[in-house]
Amino acid sequence: MAAEHSPLAQFEIKRLIPMDVGGLDVSFTNASLFMVIAIAAITLFLTWSMRGRAMVPGRMQSMAEISYEFIANMIKDNVGSDGRKYFPFIFTLFMFVLFCNLLGMIPYTFTVTSQIIVTFALAAVVFVGVTIIGIIRHGFKFLTFFVPSGVPFVLLIILVPIEIISYFVRPISLSVRLFANMLAGHTLLKVFGGFVVSLGIYLGWLPLGFIVVLTGLEFLVAFLQAYVFAILSCLYLNDALHLHH
Amino acid sequence: MPQLNIADFPPQLVWLAITFVILYFLMAKVAIPGISEVLESRQNRISSDLEEARRLSEDADKAKADYEQALAEARAKAHGIVSELKASMAKEQEASKAELDAELAKKAKAAEASIREAKETALSHVREIAAETAKSAVTKLVAIDVSDKDVEAAVAGSMKGEA
Repeated sequence: MAAEHSPLAQFEIKRLIPMDVGGLDVSFTNASLFMVIAIAAITLFLTWSMRGRAMVPGRMQSMAEISYEFIANMIKDNVGSDGRKYFPFIFTLFMFVLFCNLLGMIPYTFTVTSQIIVTFALAAVVFVGVTIIGIIRHGFKFLTFFVPSGVPFVLLIILVPIEIISYFVRPISLSVRLFANMLAGHTLLKVFGGFVVSLGIYLGWLPLGFIVVLTGLEFLVAFLQAYVFAILSCLYLNDALHLHH
Repeated sequence: MPQLNIADFPPQLVWLAITFVILYFLMAKVAIPGISEVLESRQNRISSDLEEARRLSEDADKAKADYEQALAEARAKAHGIVSELKASMAKEQEASKAELDAELAKKAKAAEASIREAKETALSHVREIAAETAKSAVTKLVAIDVSDKDVEAAVAGSMKGEA
């Protein structure tokens, strides 16, 4: 009973349809369910809203176009014209994170992005992908990325390891940022929800008011973290393509 | 923390991979081309409309220039007609004025002549009447008959003195 009311109980994985393929656990879990709902919602949103193909867009079509242009401009500003090729990936990444975050704001739903393994997998895909792009594009010259230019040789002994560590920390910082934001927000909402019940009708309105404010903040965080995830991916991509320093 | 349960990792990774790849293809093949097509056609429409508007505005400018030129020509023509008309009217007026002047001068001369004639007749009558009056007055006053010759000489003498 106590475990069910724990603020962390909402993050538990429940196997809805247990499955096993060659010893690998591929059960359809509550997380899987919300991943499927998210991609269905994204696809529905982007195709249903564009069905009119109106010259003057309505509300829904405007939202779809704004999402498209938002990411298109992000890539144009941060990566440049040769980033165009990666637009579908960044767009998919942004929409997936955004919809998982927003779906998590509906009560009784599961927040996919509050799972460290999910955010880490997304960040790892970005990290590995960007590194491969950099190596394919620049070959051995890619290693100069870790050597800041115009720095005395003695300092390089310290700076190069720092550069290498900071590079390999990227997937961790990228994934933990999103995960921690989602975890903290949802846990806080749950904790204050518990306070409302335990303080009762006389004092319960205080944490209730806090929950209202926090919910607004969490919507902001949902958008902001999707934006941060996408823009950092763009910046990493830019580093790999142009080796700027 | 339930997130750190390693036994839960494989199903999440597998389903993340499945859903993310499906979403990627749905986005790349369906959603993104749909949106970019609409945006592109709107952009084309806007630029073609702008082009059309610029063309129409050029046409309007040209029509305005043509109209202004025509107006200027008409104005110059009208001005020419007016000044021509004025000149011809002035000439006509001049001619009729000269004619009138000549006629008036002729009439004035004729009038002068008739006045002089009348004056002369009147003057000659005055002399006769004065002589007659003087003779009868002398006859009545002094009862002597004065000859006509003397009377006339006297009248002529007094008229000379008066004149």
